Amino acid sequence: MGEARERTNRDMLRVRDAVDRDFSEELDLETLAALAHVSPDHLVRTFRSVFGETPHRYLQRRRIERAMFLLRTTDLPVTDVCLQVGYTSLGAFSELFAGIVGQSPSTYRAVAKPTPAHTSFVMAWTRPSTHTHPSISRKRPPVADD
Amino acid sequence: MNLSYTRLSSIYVLDQDEALDFYVGKLGLEVATDADLGFMRWLTVRVPGDQREILLERPGPPAHDPATADDVRALVSKGAGGGWLAFQVDDVDAAHDELVAQGVEITQPPSDMSYGRDFGARDPFGNNLRIGNVPAAS
Repeated sequence: MGEARERTNRDMLRVRDAVDRDFSEELDLETLAALAHVSPDHLVRTFRSVFGETPHRYLQRRRIERAMFLLRTTDLPVTDVCLQVGYTSLGAFSELFAGIVGQSPSTYRAVAKPTPAHTSFVMAWTRPSTHTHPSISRKRPPVADD
Repeated sequence: MNLSYTRLSSIYVLDQDEALDFYVGKLGLEVATDADLGFMRWLTVRVPGDQREILLERPGPPAHDPATADDVRALVSKGAGGGWLAFQVDDVDAAHDELVAQGVEITQPPSDMSYGRDFGARDPFGNNLRIGNVPAAS
């Protein structure tokens, strides 16, 4: 029981790391599921059981966290930020960003401050909570796992 | 009181032999102490020549009851064990390429950050590692 749980957790962590690393790519469930040697449906169920949210929800939060980073630390136009984090529609990106963060990308940029902390801490601690805003669940999923 | 440096820190590993293979065999650390204390295997590693040691601690009795040990192991395996190590190198990209060649899981490729250049990796158990060239804080 214990070892099986550890193997499952480690497989799911491998998937989560792939989302963290390749968030700007067109990630599909089949590719992620293959990393854990499970079916897409099994991946969604197991990932949610281990981390409390679906891979799609995690991907959304990862992309928005990265967008927040780029807005804080660069002068890139919001359109470029949108494209760099994996979205192709500025309107959809801005709506999602506002829904999760509670501010538009440009307003966030105006008030945010850079941070000197290490990447993995910044990544984890600036990632908007999955429960931050209910509108996140209404967004069209780039990974159809719900 | 003036504390001079961090002499010993600790992370949880799920298998100490596998940890040795990774931290010594792949990462290039050296064994500082490997002693059977009876109640536990005291296993520490360090950067060659460094005074700072890292205890590779296996969760389990008698420090943990079996249920707690299972919980700790589960947390480590999903990257929530609390262990986190950062190492300094001269050439970040060369270190990255070397670890890739050895099959180490990379969580983030070498990237320029506000504090320096670094990349992310995981040990076999789920612990997070950062390896980079980060100027010392002034």
